[in-house]
Amino acid sequence: MWEYTDKVKEHFLNPRNVGAIENADGVGEVGSLACGDALTLYFKLDGDGRIQDAKFLTFGCASAIASSSALTEMIIGKTLEEAEKITNEDIADFLGDLPKEKMHCSVMGKEALDKAIAHYRGEAARAPEGNIVCECFGITDREIEKTIREHRLTSIEDVTGYLKAGGGCGKCHDNIQQIMDDVFGQPVRIQPQAKKMTNIQKIRLIEETLEREIKPALHQDGGDIELVDVDGVRVMVKLRGTCAGCSAAQVTLKNVVEAKLRELVTTDLVVEEVGA
Amino acid sequence: MKTVYVDNNATTQVAPEVVEAMLPFFTERYGNASSMHSFGGGLIVDIRRARTQVADLIGARPDEILFTSGGTESDATAIHAALQSNPDKRHIVTTRVEHPAIKNLFEQYGQNGYRVTVVPVDGQGRLDQEALLKNLRDDTAIVSIMWANNETGVINPMDDLAREIHSRGILLHTDAVQAVGKLPIDVGRTDVDLLSMSAHKFHGPKGIGALYIRKGTKFRPMVVGGHQEAGRRAGTENVPGIVGMGKACELAGQHLEDVGTRVRRLRDKLEQALLQAVPRSMANGGQSDRLPNTSSIAFEYVEGEAILLLMNEHGICASSGSACTSGSLEPSHVLRAMGVPFTAAHGSIRYSLSHYTTEEEVDFIIAKMPAIIERLRQMSPFWKQAMEEAKAQA
Repeated sequence: MWEYTDKVKEHFLNPRNVGAIENADGVGEVGSLACGDALTLYFKLDGDGRIQDAKFLTFGCASAIASSSALTEMIIGKTLEEAEKITNEDIADFLGDLPKEKMHCSVMGKEALDKAIAHYRGEAARAPEGNIVCECFGITDREIEKTIREHRLTSIEDVTGYLKAGGGCGKCHDNIQQIMDDVFGQPVRIQPQAKKMTNIQKIRLIEETLEREIKPALHQDGGDIELVDVDGVRVMVKLRGTCAGCSAAQVTLKNVVEAKLRELVTTDLVVEEVGA
Repeated sequence: MKTVYVDNNATTQVAPEVVEAMLPFFTERYGNASSMHSFGGGLIVDIRRARTQVADLIGARPDEILFTSGGTESDATAIHAALQSNPDKRHIVTTRVEHPAIKNLFEQYGQNGYRVTVVPVDGQGRLDQEALLKNLRDDTAIVSIMWANNETGVINPMDDLAREIHSRGILLHTDAVQAVGKLPIDVGRTDVDLLSMSAHKFHGPKGIGALYIRKGTKFRPMVVGGHQEAGRRAGTENVPGIVGMGKACELAGQHLEDVGTRVRRLRDKLEQALLQAVPRSMANGGQSDRLPNTSSIAFEYVEGEAILLLMNEHGICASSGSACTSGSLEPSHVLRAMGVPFTAAHGSIRYSLSHYTTEEEVDFIIAKMPAIIERLRQMSPFWKQAMEEAKAQA
């Protein structure tokens, strides 16, 4: 069972602003049935360009519903310029924090807000390049090939960890394997470095690994990571930006980041996410 | 608030008689059964009695029963023994709907050089027997097929499967953790070689299980050390657990009829009432032969974790096939293997009843569920969409 804060429980049991707004000024839809969570956010502006009303419809778990409810409370009365400054961490903070595995619920809220604002402003959504391979999460062959090449991914699980591709129905696993085979011919494994390092060397290597191995993958999803501190084996990072789609991106991210650092720096590292 | 517990496929209430039987072995009779003095060594008599009680429930001989720490260890021991005893055979077969104790074990053997065949099921959770038999080979070491599925309750035709698999000279293991205590099982009639069971699924304590090993089946221990369990599983005997499991087996034998009749009627009542009261709902595996206590119902366009937490507000305990409860990306592998669409898999709730479930409890669930589903559907964008589509069609 998840440990939800009282605020999360309260917003789940008594969600604010449930419903749709007819003739809304902005509408943002994110997520899908496949992912297990989805959110449609509606807002209406008043004469001064402030958000007069906001409503949501959410399919998902308790924290998805609570995040949506919190988001509507947070944006009502704000101008779009003020609203778009809200981050997913702000939503989580409003709720007194979310379990790590549930951070994607707040990301979904942030994304729906961005989409609704973009919709109001008439900005077009970014179209993905290439052909869709993973239908569950809408990931294309170009994205998968690029990520496999850049990060030398050698298993479908790794591809899922980076891109979420293959994490849904699993129908595309053969196609992902084929892309991997085409890239390498034979699977390859990177050997971990065994030599002893000074702290400075370690920090440098962590930074390099983040830059070279991890950030490019996150950027593809519109996300980012920042190294805050290294204390012994503890690597403290801050996650930024969005994480596209809806799945447990934060969990995966931690698993991917930590796994990669352990593979390329030292095997005893523990990655921790820290607040602002 | 009263607890209404319908999550008995997860674990069960320990029967008061079982607790009573176990207590002396924590207090005045704490000895080690391997000791030379009668204070400890005398416990062999109690262990022997428990072994007979377990054997009697499934029609086995006492010396065919090996005590383990539970279902997972029984599964791992069975597969380990089969592969160690048949080192030339490098192919193993299982199904797509197994419990993680088998699913992940087979994946691990797959990574360690074994060839693994995973047999699919149909939309009702029934095993594709043709695919199974077609894939059996000369170097197939063992086939592992669960007797009954933990999520849907769907029962496999073990008699037929055993006949076919044995006619090809291949070992058969069955994870019968969900079947024991809910179905009459007789290994004299059903020709399985290895069978896993777990006490806490039928009102026994946690941390104790057993593996049935048909006499004459080659065996290699997985846990080595002392000579306990006739050298088949090292480690000081969990005497209170063993005694408790024995007692639970005795009671399970007495309660089988109740589970097969009264509990089945309660399950059917619950399922039919919910399917009738909640539109766009269906019973997963509902057309298959199922355990009498289990009902898995898919409520379309809502998500399982949210349903469970609203049920929790009424004290109702159940499980879901949703991804959100496990933190993984994918909903239940069992429901996905059956081709249950995402619209339904995420909103599937498993109700599992027991000998202790009352009609009042079932009525309480029937009274509370429709409003819970309706409340979440009013928030769901997909429900709005589905209703608009339905209106457009009408």
